[in-house]
Amino acid sequence: MSEQAAAVSLAGVSKTFAKGQVRALEDIDLGIRPGEFVSLIGPSGCGKSTLLRVIGDLVGASGGQVTVNGKSAARARADHDYGIVFQDAVLYDWRTVAKNVALPLELAGWSRRRRGERVREMLELVELSGFGDHHPWQLSGGMQQRVAIARALAFSPALLLMDEPFGALDEMTRERLNIELLRIWEASESTVVFVTHSIAEAVFLSTRVVVMSPRPGRIAAVVEVDLPQPRTNETREEPRFFELVTEVRERLRATEPAAGLLA
Amino acid sequence: MAHPEPAAALRGAVFADRRQTWPGALGRAGVTLLVLAALWGLWEAYRWVGVRTQLTWPFPVDDVTMPHIHTILQALFEPSRVNGPLLISVLLDSAWFTAKEALLGFALGATFGFALGILLAHSRLLQRGFLPYIVASQTVPILAIAPMVVVWLKSGWLSVAVIAAYLTFFPVTINTLRGLLSADPRALELMRSYAASPWAVLWKLRVPAALPYIFSALRVSATASVVGAIIGELPSSIQDGLGGAILNFAQYYSIQPANLWATNLVAAALGIVFFLAVVLAEKLVVRRAPENVA
Repeated sequence: MSEQAAAVSLAGVSKTFAKGQVRALEDIDLGIRPGEFVSLIGPSGCGKSTLLRVIGDLVGASGGQVTVNGKSAARARADHDYGIVFQDAVLYDWRTVAKNVALPLELAGWSRRRRGERVREMLELVELSGFGDHHPWQLSGGMQQRVAIARALAFSPALLLMDEPFGALDEMTRERLNIELLRIWEASESTVVFVTHSIAEAVFLSTRVVVMSPRPGRIAAVVEVDLPQPRTNETREEPRFFELVTEVRERLRATEPAAGLLA
Repeated sequence: MAHPEPAAALRGAVFADRRQTWPGALGRAGVTLLVLAALWGLWEAYRWVGVRTQLTWPFPVDDVTMPHIHTILQALFEPSRVNGPLLISVLLDSAWFTAKEALLGFALGATFGFALGILLAHSRLLQRGFLPYIVASQTVPILAIAPMVVVWLKSGWLSVAVIAAYLTFFPVTINTLRGLLSADPRALELMRSYAASPWAVLWKLRVPAALPYIFSALRVSATASVVGAIIGELPSSIQDGLGGAILNFAQYYSIQPANLWATNLVAAALGIVFFLAVVLAEKLVVRRAPENVA
């Protein structure tokens, strides 16, 4: 993989908080190819959300190189090269669904007509056509999260950053939205970096699962997920799916300190 | 994912809610009237007992200290002086005059308060430097400030409005500041991910997020501006407003106590009108989840 072709490239990235007292990330090397779906998984405190924020230039790295689409992370942010989705939809109560999706376009100075067209396409993509005039509080949690995804995709960014986007939803809704997300991923041909603490979710969605260990956050293992595309509900019942889930689980367990240390 | 007609179902639910609010509004009005009747009853009951038992503590009860409510209302529809206009028309003129002063004061105070809140929200240092003095400004009695304002700006409309503004700005500043700082940290991260300018963050996120806070301050300020205007009229020796009317009727209280009470009723009504105007504006401007509406 050449440096130029990488969607995201991290070289020796570290992040410290509280004047160096807390080492959140240390020595992170990771290359993500365009079109990949990469999950970051690990116990809480392993810095997976911090790593996502470093890629998005929401927090600066303390050391190392972060390259997004061949540019510096700051440049990529300024160029709207990525869209981000958080655990909560973070929709603005005072805006309708359509105006929430239009917000990034509005900030970028798109004309009203172009905005309207794009918003219609995006709502269609997440199957929320007809809900444009509703206010966020009139929608269920799952629908709100789909609005957030539509908003993140408004610029058709090459990169989609997702921080436990389905963590607050019930299991049924989460599984439905997983399928939905894969469909959107295929349709938009984007690269996804997905933070989760669900092993099954990581395996089901990803082409690669990055297992992280805590204090300081490091990459402990990378598991290639060779399940066939497109993935369906049947994928979750295949033996290979269980094998991979088991592999990721064992890798995660290996990151835990010895039992004696916990006592 | 298939959603069998969810939009229609949802719309139905929204309308159902709206339908339910009508009896709700009637019910609220009913309670308000009931409380009014109860207060009236209490006043008259206390009066009746006080007169019967010749109560002397805390004050002797008679027609001067506690006129009948109906006497007060009657006074409104009698000439204020021989061959003069009805008291109510005199008081409504005064109220209109005071309302104009209060409205200007409210607008000045709210604008200044909002601008100051925005300024303070941008710097911890400014907050630390300015807030103690802003708080101190409110501990100085308005009666001590008013004469100075009159000396500076000459007696008249403008000085009264400035005095009203002095009482208005404080809650607006404090709540604007609180509201601007209340924006969801993730919403701020989202704005950062869009590389939004500070100006865009202020107007697209912080100010809309602050609106409920600002409006609850405006409700307080609306009534404060009426009080400020009435008090401001006193050192300005302005005769045309409610302040002048109160001063005037206070002098003749022992002869015509009902007139002062009637003036107070009109002043209170003016305060309520200001308050309701803000509530109405809030309903029109602030779109929030039902549970978030104070």
